[in-house]
Amino acid sequence: MTFIAPIKFAIDLLAVLLLALGIKGLSKVRSAREANRLAAIAMMLAAFGVLLNSQGTIGISINSWIWIICGTLIGGLLGALTAKRVPMTAMPEIVALFNGCGGMSSLLVALGVALFPSSESSDGIVGELIRNFSIVVSLFVGAITFSGSIVAMAKLQGWLSTPSWTQSKARHFFNIFCAVLASIGGIYLLIDGKNGLFLILIASSLLGVGVTLPIGGADMPVVISLLNSYSGVAAAAAGFVVGSQLLIVAGAMVGAAGLILTQVMCDGMNRSLVSVLFGGALGASSASSGGGGGEYTNITSCSPEECALSLEAAERVVIVPGYGLAVAQAQHTLREVTRVLENADIEVTYAIHPVAGRMPGHMNVLLAEADVPYEQLKEMDIINPEFPATDVVLVLGANDVVNPQAKTDQSSPLYGMPVLDVQEARTVFVVKRGMSAGYSGIKNDLFDLPNTSMVFGDAKKVLGDLLLELKELGVGSKG
Amino acid sequence: MSFFSEALWVLLLGSLLGLELIGKVPPTLHTPLMSGANAISGITMLAALTLIIKSGDNLPLLIIGSISLGFALFNVIGGFLVTDRMLAMFSRKKTRK
Repeated sequence: MTFIAPIKFAIDLLAVLLLALGIKGLSKVRSAREANRLAAIAMMLAAFGVLLNSQGTIGISINSWIWIICGTLIGGLLGALTAKRVPMTAMPEIVALFNGCGGMSSLLVALGVALFPSSESSDGIVGELIRNFSIVVSLFVGAITFSGSIVAMAKLQGWLSTPSWTQSKARHFFNIFCAVLASIGGIYLLIDGKNGLFLILIASSLLGVGVTLPIGGADMPVVISLLNSYSGVAAAAAGFVVGSQLLIVAGAMVGAAGLILTQVMCDGMNRSLVSVLFGGALGASSASSGGGGGEYTNITSCSPEECALSLEAAERVVIVPGYGLAVAQAQHTLREVTRVLENADIEVTYAIHPVAGRMPGHMNVLLAEADVPYEQLKEMDIINPEFPATDVVLVLGANDVVNPQAKTDQSSPLYGMPVLDVQEARTVFVVKRGMSAGYSGIKNDLFDLPNTSMVFGDAKKVLGDLLLELKELGVGSKG
Repeated sequence: MSFFSEALWVLLLGSLLGLELIGKVPPTLHTPLMSGANAISGITMLAALTLIIKSGDNLPLLIIGSISLGFALFNVIGGFLVTDRMLAMFSRKKTRK
């Protein structure tokens, strides 16, 4: 059976190549879908390689096959079902959930090897040390990834709020305490390969919770991306544990690429990674310092009917979709409204802030789901100079990304964040559920401007009313 | 020792490759890319497979391995399918244009 080793080797090489091409391709719009398939094929190849190699060398017992098939069927089916069922608006949570499970998997592998060490390996004292060290890393990172991801998911779903103690200095002590405990457990495990196992598990799980819990919803995508990078590190560590180079390469690639992606996302949100991780929720810090506060003095509210009249008279309309639109799942109703406007020869474009929706790029996905042509979505830098020539801007459930304070008020916590200059347009309608503040908890100066009118209500309901009003006015019904 | 010294080289080169793979990403693709990379991190399914195969008749180890494999495949299959669902919406627009 000497020819199996080279075949396995070739399969591994091919799989690594395809995975690298997959990650690369996923960062370009044109090649993204093929790249995703390529990566999926690479994973199948890799699994096939492991099975072939084992069957050829040591043989796989019937018992093992049964457990392999059980795990594959249950995990695979649940994954497929979840992926098909989940609504597009819940995408951030679901990525967090999947990610946590990846971390859990690495953790379990390390746990299994630590509890039942195989007698065959004899790499000497150094080899033993490296192996134990990989087990420690795999347990530590795997547990943080799992507990952190689950907390992230629960917070995004609204199952968990931000407890007030997590906003105080106490959380730093808590986290440092957990980290120290985990390190002690790690040292024990390094020395004798068994003690300290559960100390690491518990302490690092708590650390994952302690680090993720204080982070506000707006910053959560960055955290998920970072945790994604961690799960790559956990996979690489698991690769050391079981002695698979393919696993090490793939884990290292995902870990490093995830780190870059996290940085790219931070840049898009004008936040530094350090302030996301250690700064706590944006809202809490600004509320305590009182910066950017103040009362509204000049709010104009209007009905959907008045809004429809202005839209009818407009030539150029820009839609600014935001988080509220995603939450209300109003993207399809919005598309119907814009269809009516387009039929009336009104030019409609969408201004997409880099962090619109619930995570970067999420809004593009939601609008694409509602059949909005790709060309109508304009990025911030392109649309901003066009606002002065715009008749009506419709802000749907966005708040901080249209706050002029970010450009005018140096004392504002938002100062310096790139925003959409909607106030330059002739008329601005802001559809909002109430006067509550956005993520940041900061007053929005836009609402006080004379050319801004508020339309209160759930985005979906307001858009539905708007659609009826427009139809009553006979807009877009000529053809 | 030879495996570990080789493995450390692999780790180093793999990390460097990962750093270079992604340069500029259009914001549109942040979500799909994250979800795709996430699916790939489920590659620990290989470790789970190896664990099961090597565990022989050790029942607790078989169970741990199987659960681990289940978690990994949930990550992998769910991740790739959900990424494909997102990306399908972009490409559909293109073909119609």
